[in-house]
Formats: sequence, C-alpha cells, structure tokens
Amino acid sequence: MSLHPYFEIVVFVGVALIFPVMPLILAWMWRRFFQPPKPGAAKNATYECGMESLGEAQIQFRSQYYLYAIIFLIFDVEAVFLVPFAVAFTGLPVGAFLSILVFLLLLIEGLVWAWGKGCLNWAK
Amino acid sequence: MGDEIDEGLRSELQRQGIWVTSMQELYNWGRKNSIWPLQFGLACCAIEMIATAASRYDIARFGAEVFRPSPRQADLMIVAGTVTKKMAPQIVRLYNQMPDPKYVIAMGACAISGGPFKQGYNVLKGIDRYIPVDVYIPGCPPRPEALLHAFMELQRKIDNQKLSGPNKSDHLDREHPSEYPVPAFGKHDLVPRANPDVFRPPQIERV
Repeated sequence: MSLHPYFEIVVFVGVALIFPVMPLILAWMWRRFFQPPKPGAAKNATYECGMESLGEAQIQFRSQYYLYAIIFLIFDVEAVFLVPFAVAFTGLPVGAFLSILVFLLLLIEGLVWAWGKGCLNWAK
Repeated sequence: MGDEIDEGLRSELQRQGIWVTSMQELYNWGRKNSIWPLQFGLACCAIEMIATAASRYDIARFGAEVFRPSPRQADLMIVAGTVTKKMAPQIVRLYNQMPDPKYVIAMGACAISGGPFKQGYNVLKGIDRYIPVDVYIPGCPPRPEALLHAFMELQRKIDNQKLSGPNKSDHLDREHPSEYPVPAFGKHDLVPRANPDVFRPPQIERV
C-alpha cells in the first residue's frame, strides 16, 4: 500500500501544532493544579516602566495620522519597488511594465494630492 | 510528588541504566536553568551586569541571557546600582508586577546597604528594606565573576526548593504575599522607612 504523497506534510503540520500547544497545556495545568494565582492591584496594572499607570493599555490612535501612512507609502515603500524595477528595466515584458506603471501612477496621484493639500510644507 | 529518592537506590538503578527523577527535581531543573532577568540597571554596577551578559563572561551558559524588557516575563530582578529614594517606589512596583516565582539579587554595595553614598540624603540604605532579597553581592562594583557566583547560588537555592510539605516554596504558599507595599514620598523620607515584614536587620546586643 502506497501512502498519499501529501502524507508527510500532514504529519509535519500535526507535529508543528503539537509542539507549541503541548507546553501551553502543560503550563496551564501546572497553574491550575499546583500554583495558586496571586493577582494584585500593581500586578494587574498597565505596565509603565514602574511608574504609576494612567488609563488603559488599549487606546485608539487618531484617524488624522492617515497622512503619515500615505506619505510613508509614497516615499519609502515605493523606493523599495523602484530599485528592482530599475535593475530589471531592459528585460521587462510589456505586462510587467504596465503593472508597475499603474502602481507608480497610483502613488504619484497620492503625491499630487498630498502636495496640493499642503502636507509637504514645513510646519511654521 | 516531592518525595526524596534514596541516593543509594538511585545510584544502584543508574548503574543498571535506569535514570530516576521526581517531579520536584524536573521542575526545579527547568526553573534554575532558565532564570530570565528583568532588564534594567541603576548605576555603575549595571555596566558589570552588561559585561556579564556579553561574550567574555556569557551569562547564557546559565540560561539567563534573555533579559526581559517587561516584568511580566521576568523571574529575576538584579538590583544593579544605587537605589535613590526617588527610584525606590518604582523598583518595588516593578517587583510587584513580576509573576511568581520571583527572585532578587542585590548587586553591589549600594544595593545592599547604600554603599559609599549611605550618608547621602537621597540614597536608600539597601533595597532589602522594601523587597525580599535572595542573594547579596558585595563589591564596588562586583566583578562579573561575582554576579555569576550569585547566579549559581540562586540556582542552588531554586534547586533546593520544595514543591510540597511544610517547607514548600513561598510562591506555592497561598498565604504568602506576592506584592509588597510601595513606599510613598513623605516630608523628609520615604514613608514607611522600611517594611517590617521584609526588613529584619540583626539586632546588636551590647553586654
């Protein structure tokens, strides 16, 4: 009888699941049966490097920060794609050239928009 | 679970190729070889602590190279340096935030007694006034070898802790506190000046 060609992968996934889950279960059982829980006011407080904590740990950021995300995409992520594009420029097929052009145009549109909005001016 | 195995029986079995252990030994063996210290330094002793963690002295040989930036994941607090009265509440609060079982090494003359700055108006005269200290290292500053020695002493202490019975380890005792009161700034000094539950200095008797 021959095994299914993917049988080894199933075994691999099984071991990969058991390996991290087993210690977690053991640790949970240890805590459940042997070690008494000792919660406390300071222990449950938000960690602030030893200072008295103010407020909650889960806070929301203001949506105004979207500008930083857009400009980061334009100037940082774009450069990462531009370098391999420039290196492989002469050997590119038409389809790849067009898709990178669409990508560039989308980001340039964002740049024009951000420029027009005055985001690139130095704050006085 | 925590029963001791007879040494003679153990060596006899070992000669036959059978290795016997107990839950307590396995548990302590795992604990003593993965003591993760809390990552913070207070003064010049911290430089020696950094040297201990670096390649020449290599605290990784004792399983303690994983300096944790959060008390939630730390087992050991190395109080490395002068504890000022401004810093003491933060140290105690960090100790409180560490999960049990937790250990403290007071490193250097300042951390154990105030050291050369003992007469200073703003220096705490030993961190053991507020939190229980397991190993004291004298020295100004102690060399990395001294910190390694303290580590080995702590490992020996962990190895001898009991899981059950009347002498069981503090962290398994339901009644033993895990947090200690954080001192506050008073008019002239920290209030209280020491925690009487922790700080029991030897009394000098003159005859």
